[in-house]
Amino acid sequence: MSAARLAYVLRLADTNLILAQQLGALVGHAPSIEEDLGLANTALDVLGQARLLLSYAGELEGLGRDEDQLAFVRDPADYLNLALAEQPNGDFAHTIVRQFLIDAWQRELYEELQRSQDERLAAIAAKALKETRFHLRYSSGWVVRLGDGTPDSHGRMCAALDALWPFTAELFDADAVDQAMIDEAVAPDPALIAPRWRARVQAVLSEATLPMPEPARFGWYGKRGQHNEHFGHVLAELQFMQRAYPGARW
Amino acid sequence: MTEVWPLWEVFIRARSGLEHKHAGSVHATDARMALEHARDLYTRRDEGVSIWVVPSKEITASDPAEAEALFEPARDKVYRHPTFYQIPDEVKTL
Repeated sequence: MSAARLAYVLRLADTNLILAQQLGALVGHAPSIEEDLGLANTALDVLGQARLLLSYAGELEGLGRDEDQLAFVRDPADYLNLALAEQPNGDFAHTIVRQFLIDAWQRELYEELQRSQDERLAAIAAKALKETRFHLRYSSGWVVRLGDGTPDSHGRMCAALDALWPFTAELFDADAVDQAMIDEAVAPDPALIAPRWRARVQAVLSEATLPMPEPARFGWYGKRGQHNEHFGHVLAELQFMQRAYPGARW
Repeated sequence: MTEVWPLWEVFIRARSGLEHKHAGSVHATDARMALEHARDLYTRRDEGVSIWVVPSKEITASDPAEAEALFEPARDKVYRHPTFYQIPDEVKTL
């Protein structure tokens, strides 16, 4: 088993898992019933991606852990999601900006990952890409609508961009795990993805009359298990049932 | 949401070759959002291959009070039904 490959798959899986958990928390709280369903649909799509990836991670790990055990009974430092995914829902601007930045990244990543030497990952990416195209369409629409909306919505979008932008450095900061995956032709070089992501984000932000923030300098490494203070709350809700009633099924 | 978003009527084509059928309505601030909401609400169980959305206010409806004048005159004109044609078995969606 390749430790790097397991870590890489867990990074992709956990980013989707945590994002799904965050979006799921909005059910019943979205601005309209239609948005409620829109966010829930996205949550279910990324949860589906997380399940496929976690199952694969369980097989790579070879310890007999299935998707549920990986999702529900790991400790915080064992979750390798991008820090961006664990940022709080905040107001709707924060939710949408977080979604947009991740959608644009997944859109470019999955496009390349379809050609991975790892056939399992390639197949998951091909399926996920179709879903991600719609997620990006949905979140881009909101970025433009709110950015180019009222002074209030524009201000909230600027605040959300400023708050979340620093967490984008991690997306393209290749470490030893990424490098091993590039060398094995499993994953694309983040340096290849970065300019495409920037161009896509730039195009939507300029249509939204929103300023593109300066490249973030400080990296936050959720993908190495370093999480911030919000993460404990996310995990507490995610894990409660399996921690309180181990092995419970329904 | 303090003010209610405009209403849009949603039409879904179930399969290529069939017509779009009215599926329901959604609230949305613009056409793009209406299309996305329609997709999320009315095609989540794989119901369609194409969606139309139309602002509800753009639809002109007949007045129920005029139903007698509009529709009853057609009721006794059975000769307008092309019932004497043989329909080939191969024609499925006539």
